Amino acid sequence: MMRFFIEGIGLLGPGLEGWSANRAVLGGGAAYLPAPTQLRASAMLPAAERRRAGVPINLALAVGQEAFLQSGRDTKTAATVFTSSGGDNDNVHAINSILATAPREVSPTRFHNSVHNAAAGYWCIAAGSHEPSTSLCAHDASFAAGLLESAMQVTVDGAVVALIAYDHPYPEPLHTVRPVTAAFAMALILAPRQNEHSLAAIEVDFVSGKTDETAMRDTGLEALRRGVPAARGLPLLSALAGGKSAQIRIAYFGNNHLDIRVTPC
Amino acid sequence: MEALRTRRSGLVPCAFDDVDLETYIAKVDVLDTFLVRSDLAAYDCRNNRLAQLCLEQDGFADAIIAARNKYGAGRIGVFLGTSTSGILQTELAYRRLDPLSGALPPDFHYAETQNTYSLAGFVAHFLGLCGPSFVVSSACSSSAKVFASAARMMAAGVCDAAVVGGVDSLCLSTLYGFNSLGLVSRFPCRPYDAERDGISVGEGAGFVLLERATAVNSANAIYLLGVGESSDAYHMSTPHPEGLGAKLAMQRALASAGLRPDEIDYINLHGTATRSNDASEGKAVAEVFGNRVSCSSTKGWTGHLLGAAGITEAIIAMLAVAHSFMPGSVYTRRLDPGISINYLIENSEANIGRVLSNSFGFGGSNCSLILGRQT
Repeated sequence: MMRFFIEGIGLLGPGLEGWSANRAVLGGGAAYLPAPTQLRASAMLPAAERRRAGVPINLALAVGQEAFLQSGRDTKTAATVFTSSGGDNDNVHAINSILATAPREVSPTRFHNSVHNAAAGYWCIAAGSHEPSTSLCAHDASFAAGLLESAMQVTVDGAVVALIAYDHPYPEPLHTVRPVTAAFAMALILAPRQNEHSLAAIEVDFVSGKTDETAMRDTGLEALRRGVPAARGLPLLSALAGGKSAQIRIAYFGNNHLDIRVTPC
Repeated sequence: MEALRTRRSGLVPCAFDDVDLETYIAKVDVLDTFLVRSDLAAYDCRNNRLAQLCLEQDGFADAIIAARNKYGAGRIGVFLGTSTSGILQTELAYRRLDPLSGALPPDFHYAETQNTYSLAGFVAHFLGLCGPSFVVSSACSSSAKVFASAARMMAAGVCDAAVVGGVDSLCLSTLYGFNSLGLVSRFPCRPYDAERDGISVGEGAGFVLLERATAVNSANAIYLLGVGESSDAYHMSTPHPEGLGAKLAMQRALASAGLRPDEIDYINLHGTATRSNDASEGKAVAEVFGNRVSCSSTKGWTGHLLGAAGITEAIIAMLAVAHSFMPGSVYTRRLDPGISINYLIENSEANIGRVLSNSFGFGGSNCSLILGRQT
């Protein structure tokens, strides 16, 4: 069992602009009203990078910034774990389209934005962070993989870690074969020790054996959870919003899952 | 090992698909006709073919069967690196879109080929493993960073052993992308040469089984002694000019291993042969190690294997220890006089206890590994 503390939360999704503004929605105390995800360029980035940033970078930076503000920590000081099923899906489509026709002129910006760790690269520039940063993918289990890796870094290395999960829809024709239904991101600042900013203690176990994962009670939020890999973390936000001890399960591969307990501080 | 000793490079003039670039590449020719195991046919793509071909070398798959019997399939993790996974499959599928609807062809399998996780999914299924798994995709540091993730998972008891490694295969995105940045050489790459002018793109794969050291398995074992990770926070595709991130990664690796710089016997450099990488890495190595420690880049043999560079060079580091052998640098003729490190052009023999291996990637993602005998 890995036990650590949550110090900050960031959220951006369809009808979900910010964790603080939507805590009641996630806790079941207010209605969920879906609306297009409000994306804007991040003021954290230098002008050159801001112009080159696509949807996933704006998603990742928005939730990272919200979570860090809440934690009271300097963005320079935390390690980062980025996780996404896709990456920059608009850019992947554009590059494949360019390569299928002559001339094959992939621009330098398109190419460097095509790496899975593009969001991490932009974040580190914006945050001024030289701390370790990793970028993961585990298809539908990408959120669980990111939480597991973060839990390792916090409990084994004693690091303060910002976990940033994000996904957004592919354009056609990829959307048909991989339907991601919305642009969504969430961030958690995770620390090994409790302090005045700690919101909750969290315990995570990697468990084998078939089980049901925790669903969202609201049908709209449940559709979001199922429709976006990064949104598989919503039940954790819901548990945190409830303000009382709660236990949830998030599916991994191979009949494995994460068993997660949260206790408010 | 034989190719290293005889200085036989894998670089050949580019003849891949209909790519019209004048450059050298390292290509695994048998992949054009090789097929993945029939029960995993949905995963068939160049990247997973290369993964299977590699798993079938050196008795690796058999070693995993033994490990599975020892630990249980659910207690072995799979943590692999790739930068482009099976994207070639998507590139080829975009040439066959339905002329009316624009749809992808029905034989295109997104999750099993294009998705970045495809590699770990394929390898876990091929080896019959069901412990924790994910792909690290941080460009050219990917398959070095998996060692750090696996070591933490084992330290936390989430698994008892782990398959780590990486696979990257030739695709058009990479060749045309690096070309657009002006980073592809027309010649076989010349790491640390005064006239170096870019990389040679290659494809490759490597896997390692990591286990905890015990009285039984540690007699002749090579240890993962330390890992250091850092971020440049400078530019997406150019390393920090002073090698700041590279220096931090090496210093953190030394700290995690509890070693002083003079306790490293050989450094396998990232050494991509771009102007900027070798200059900034050279500065960082000179600052941390001075000019005493022997170093070289082996990319003249392999080309730049991108997401598989970390694992390939970790394996070369282990070969250096096991065979008391330091590879030099094929194709490097005249060393850059502006870089003051002890760079080896010729191969040499020496007692090698500990090797540091550097892997740096786009996005300023850096990782240094230290492998060797226990001190």
